[in-house]
Amino acid sequence: MIEIQNIEKHFGNNHVLKNVSFIFEKGKTNLIIGESGSGKTTLIKILIGLHNINSGTVLFDGVDFNAIKTKQQRILRQEIGMLFQGGALYDYMTVEENNMFPLSMFTEKTEQEKLERVNFCLKRVNLEEKNNLMPSELSGGMTKRVAIARAIVMQPKYLLCDEPNSGLDPKTAIIIDNLIQEITIEYNITTIVNTHDMNSVMEIGENIAFINKGEIWWTGDKDGLLNSDNKELNDFVFASELFKRLKR
Amino acid sequence: MLKKVISAPEKWSVFRKQLVLEMEKVGLNSISLVIILSFFVGAVVSIQTAFNMTNPLLPSYLVGLASRDSLILEFSPTMISLILAGKVGSSIASEIGSMRVTEQIDALEIMGINSASFLILPKIIAAVLFFPFLIIMSMGIGMIGAWVGGLSADVTTADFMYGLKYDFRAFYITYAIVKTIFFAFIISSVSAYFGYHTKGGAIAVGKSSTTAVVSSSILILLFNYLLTDIILS
Repeated sequence: MIEIQNIEKHFGNNHVLKNVSFIFEKGKTNLIIGESGSGKTTLIKILIGLHNINSGTVLFDGVDFNAIKTKQQRILRQEIGMLFQGGALYDYMTVEENNMFPLSMFTEKTEQEKLERVNFCLKRVNLEEKNNLMPSELSGGMTKRVAIARAIVMQPKYLLCDEPNSGLDPKTAIIIDNLIQEITIEYNITTIVNTHDMNSVMEIGENIAFINKGEIWWTGDKDGLLNSDNKELNDFVFASELFKRLKR
Repeated sequence: MLKKVISAPEKWSVFRKQLVLEMEKVGLNSISLVIILSFFVGAVVSIQTAFNMTNPLLPSYLVGLASRDSLILEFSPTMISLILAGKVGSSIASEIGSMRVTEQIDALEIMGINSASFLILPKIIAAVLFFPFLIIMSMGIGMIGAWVGGLSADVTTADFMYGLKYDFRAFYITYAIVKTIFFAFIISSVSAYFGYHTKGGAIAVGKSSTTAVVSSSILILLFNYLLTDIILS
């Protein structure tokens, strides 16, 4: 479980996050939704320590991330798997090397053991036999799947995904969404997905926080979202004609 | 940032692999460029020296001597370093800059890796270890070029060889290597700094690369003056 309490973040005079509190539950896909520029990416970068906060607390199963030393933060980060918007695969490494890299850095496994784990993770994301491809040879969907495999190779307790469906066609997006949800349930981890894709919300939204202008305006699940009378939430969710029809 | 860079690697076996990779990128891949440049500049230096020796009282072995000193004292350590600042420096800055804008550096940090040390330290060590070999090689190839150039300017091999050996001071080589080590550190660290702090997209990567080359070149010229003043004065 990840809990954030009263998070405040300023970039100069720009007040990006205002008193944000939320609990991301274990074993569920927790979604942060909101318009572009609402503060979603800032929040996720705060969670992983890439941005400092002005005030507030980030608790990973009760451990205050900002109160522990840098070395302890590094150890905690080894328990976090992160799926970046663009995949962030190391472009000078093959698919296999990308996945093997965290194992080489942080474990004492033999080459054979590492290879077995990598092959297991690649199989889990349906990418067998792609070990020797370079990131430049992968499609958008394959890149995301390799990135998911790399994120889970260390068996993390927390999985954070920043816009996992950006740039993907609807069919591939659903495959990625389902994969994230399956992995969350299978490994009983705390997953946070940052998205503005309403298809994702409908597909995997179990615990949702709607951020608007740096504040949490609404929380709930996908069913509650469809029936909410929160004006800002409705303006965001039912912006497209398809969802307006669904609402009617 | 330097403190973050110069910290013990998380895992030595991975660090060694990175170091070998950087040796190849920073050093081995520059060999052909250094050979071509050194040979032709060496040849041109000896031809120009011969061309300017209009006084018949000046012995022709001076072509060998002047070429040798020009190459050892200035051309090989300084000019080759300036060229390497362009080749290696821009490569380092753009590589790290690209990793920054595509979130690869963030991915390293999230894994719990000290990204500055992981990415920059092997490049600095590879440059500091490999550049002196490149410069010594440049001196040798430059002198072969000077000999070929001297032949075309009617300087005999015997005269040229006599000039090469005449009043040779091994200290000049030490001086050149000391300068090279400083320049190698400047090129790798300054370029890595600008790459690491890239913000934005592809245009920012290009800008970082240009800034890295310009800054490294200016610092090389400045340190060339300072080191020469300190060591040779």
